[in-house]
Amino acid sequence: MADDRIPSLLPLQPTTLHILLSLTDEDRHGYAIILEVARRTQGELKLSAGTLYRSIQRMLEAGMVIETRTRPAPEMDDERRRYYRITPFGRAVAEAEAARLRDLLKMARLCGVAPRTT
Amino acid sequence: MNYYRLLLHLYPSSFRMQYGDEMSAIFALKLQQSSGFASRYGLWLSTFIEVFGNAAALHWEIARRDLYYSARSLLRSPGFAATAVLLVTIGIGANVAIFTLADFVLVRPLPFPEPERLMKVWEKHPGYSMMELSPASYRDAKTANTSFASLAAYDEFNSMNLVGEGEPRRIDGISVTANLFPTLKKPALIGRYFHEEDDRAGAPGTVVLSYALWQTQFGGDRNVLGKAVSLDNQPYTVIGVMPPDFRFPTRETQFWIPFRFKEDDYQDRNNNYLVGIGRLKPGVSLAQARSELLLIAARLRKQYPKENESVDLSVIALRDELSPQSRLLLKGLCGAALCVLIIACANLANLLLARSLARQRELSIRLSLGANRRMLLRHILSESLLLGLAGGASATAVAVATLPLLGRLVPDGLPIQKVPPVDLQMLLFALGLTLITVIAFGVAPAMRASRNAGLSGLRVGVRTGGSGSHRARAALVIVEVMASVVLLVSSGLLIRALWKVQSTEPGFRTDNILAVRTELPFPKYDEVSLRGQFYSKVLADIRRQPGVTDAAYITALPMTWGGGIWAVLVDGTSQLRAEGHVASMRFVTPGLFSTLGIPLTLGRDVSETDTAERPYVAVVSESFVRRYWPNRQPIGQHFNFALHDREVVGVVGDVRVRGLERASEPQVYLSYKQVSDGWFEGYAPKDLVIHSSQPPEQLLPAIRQIIQSADPEQPISTVRTMTDIVAGETESRSLQMRVLVVFTAVAILLAGLGIYGLLSFAVAMRHQEFGIRMALGAGHGAIFKMVLGQGAALAVAGLLPGLAAAYLAARLLQSLLAGVRPADGLTFMAAAAVCLITALLGTLVPALRAVRADPAAVMRAE
Repeated sequence: MADDRIPSLLPLQPTTLHILLSLTDEDRHGYAIILEVARRTQGELKLSAGTLYRSIQRMLEAGMVIETRTRPAPEMDDERRRYYRITPFGRAVAEAEAARLRDLLKMARLCGVAPRTT
Repeated sequence: MNYYRLLLHLYPSSFRMQYGDEMSAIFALKLQQSSGFASRYGLWLSTFIEVFGNAAALHWEIARRDLYYSARSLLRSPGFAATAVLLVTIGIGANVAIFTLADFVLVRPLPFPEPERLMKVWEKHPGYSMMELSPASYRDAKTANTSFASLAAYDEFNSMNLVGEGEPRRIDGISVTANLFPTLKKPALIGRYFHEEDDRAGAPGTVVLSYALWQTQFGGDRNVLGKAVSLDNQPYTVIGVMPPDFRFPTRETQFWIPFRFKEDDYQDRNNNYLVGIGRLKPGVSLAQARSELLLIAARLRKQYPKENESVDLSVIALRDELSPQSRLLLKGLCGAALCVLIIACANLANLLLARSLARQRELSIRLSLGANRRMLLRHILSESLLLGLAGGASATAVAVATLPLLGRLVPDGLPIQKVPPVDLQMLLFALGLTLITVIAFGVAPAMRASRNAGLSGLRVGVRTGGSGSHRARAALVIVEVMASVVLLVSSGLLIRALWKVQSTEPGFRTDNILAVRTELPFPKYDEVSLRGQFYSKVLADIRRQPGVTDAAYITALPMTWGGGIWAVLVDGTSQLRAEGHVASMRFVTPGLFSTLGIPLTLGRDVSETDTAERPYVAVVSESFVRRYWPNRQPIGQHFNFALHDREVVGVVGDVRVRGLERASEPQVYLSYKQVSDGWFEGYAPKDLVIHSSQPPEQLLPAIRQIIQSADPEQPISTVRTMTDIVAGETESRSLQMRVLVVFTAVAILLAGLGIYGLLSFAVAMRHQEFGIRMALGAGHGAIFKMVLGQGAALAVAGLLPGLAAAYLAARLLQSLLAGVRPADGLTFMAAAAVCLITALLGTLVPALRAVRADPAAVMRAE
């Protein structure tokens, strides 16, 4: 059922993919996502709050992420924060996008427009 | 920080409520991390850009989704959607078409630079507010005034035979003073226009062509400049071509030639044939120019007490020269279109209200499932917007398609094209009107629906639509009835006025009469005897044609030219033109009266023996006799007219020279031979009239041949039947009436449907009540009467104020009514009857449905 919906979501917007990737290892709140995306891209992609939450809203509606109720210890927490977790569907979408990118890269290599080293 | 919170208000509220706190927290962190003015400034700037972009994208996503859902929900009720679109189409379509037309004719600036400074200058005589200028008046006004940057003049009647390029053609053009084009400030497309030297007596002939003539006659050849053409057998050199949008003074004008005034032309101050057109200096007002010209006129009166007695000068803005009738005609149509819009909108509002009431259950369910009121409101509004836009688009298409049909309502005398253009202005008007309609008539039902939707709506069997809603809907229906009564009465009165005008006796026969115009060129035909030969040959040949009973020539047929007015002097006393002692002058060949069926009541027709060597004679109309010799034998009386003493030899019936709706001067007919060579050439007979026992159009090939054989270079300019000429008199009036009748029919139909819709809904809502009433003993008749009474009450409530409003409208239209009284009883009664019958028809079906309520079934359900 979930798989049927995946093709219609591809290709993913880069922002969406980055948000999904930032949630693969742990649940994160908005600001943490912004920091994690910036870290992973060596500061290349700095998400603004508006862009982040617009994407989050869409991803929540599509079921790629959920808001989680588990929160860190009170001394680490800020009650205004919402924490997001990637869903199995979100993971499947990210995998499908990665596969799509891999195929694309393969094609680019065959055409000699991308390096063959991995 | 507070500024950031304020900025967040740009986002949709749901988004802001969901994420606003977190976004503010993130922004606060970023603000802490940035130090120094530059980095803070940069943060704010990027935040601004980001918020604007994201907020717009979010709003658009929401709107797109709303529109998508609305489209789906509308497609589920196609009957409702189609009706609503049709209503918008009717209401907006009628208004876009009519208002575009009215704007084009009445408001839009004329196609010249700074058109508001262009003024027409006229002489003013008692009884004639707009008389052409004499060359002397023009020269005096031009040299003495300080108000005009330039003052030019032209001669309105100047068609000429163009020979040399293809078949000889009669084309319309005007003679102008050299400064006309600089006054209008419109540059030539190619070549140049006239210099002062072109305007002098004896200067070589030069001509400027219209774009249309250049295209049709010269194939748009740019080498046309310097080419020699022959106009009325005189050589002219083409010096320029005007651009396609230059139409002056009318769209018929094909060429312009300079006047080449001679000193003689300035002698006669009573020979008025110039139309003055001037451009005011910057900063000079119309009133200033007017008072200056009045002073000049006063000075001229002192200088020339005899010729200029009671002569004034007047200034009128070029834009304002439209006849009050043409103006009123268009304004009347605008009013009618507004009535149609009101009715269509009232119906639309009623339809939307009914739908929102019927959907109350659905809306309540959606509310209970988590939707909020704002979402419902947005959804319903976007539905109205979709309906409005679809209707607006089809309305624009309807308007674009009908505009060419309305072109006849564009008066011929304006220098603008025949059909209003479809342009951005028109499209914006359509869009604006649509949005106003949607907002004005879509918002109230949407608010009501979202307010009423609640848990109560979920109860089974709940009766939707309280008494407040019914009252609002009833008020809308009453407004519809009112507006349709106004339209019914107005179109009724205009139909009666049209009938009245059409039944006016023109004074001559119209059946089986063909009018063919052959304007003889001068100086080729300066000699009266040469003209005589042409007329005699043509008339003799035509009379020999099978079926032709008679034929004759006249200066100009009635209703084709109102001018040609000359002063009358009776009994040797000086009768001044100022006192209205004037008559219309026509030179005719023998046989005109029998051809046109104008009754000869006394004496004889002019004859071929009435030559310049014989005593000068005249045939006069009965009104002429009544005026000058009321109780005397007119035959044998003498009067001075057109520079000669004339003896009355015949009296004929009056004809309506100036048309069916205007008073005409008494008429004087003169023998075409009793004129000196080179005089009164503008009055030389040019209209050939033929009466035949068969449809006269069949004669046309033979007529062409006859004219060709009489003079191979002589073209025929216009061919019309007399019936067409008379019908042309009422053309714009009858077109206006037809448009109005269509509007009225649509209006009354919509009003009837409005009553039907309201009562059907009310009956459906009160189904249980009727069942219970019947179970308690009420008869079918009582229920039937009750519903019928409701319909009648609605009709009467709209009818009475409607009749009052209609009377006011009729008073405004009075000058179009041709003497029909604004309070014409018959029309008002007919309008009331049509309104009541429509209401009755609209009530009948709901009333019958009410009677069919089954008491047993209702009681079981309760």
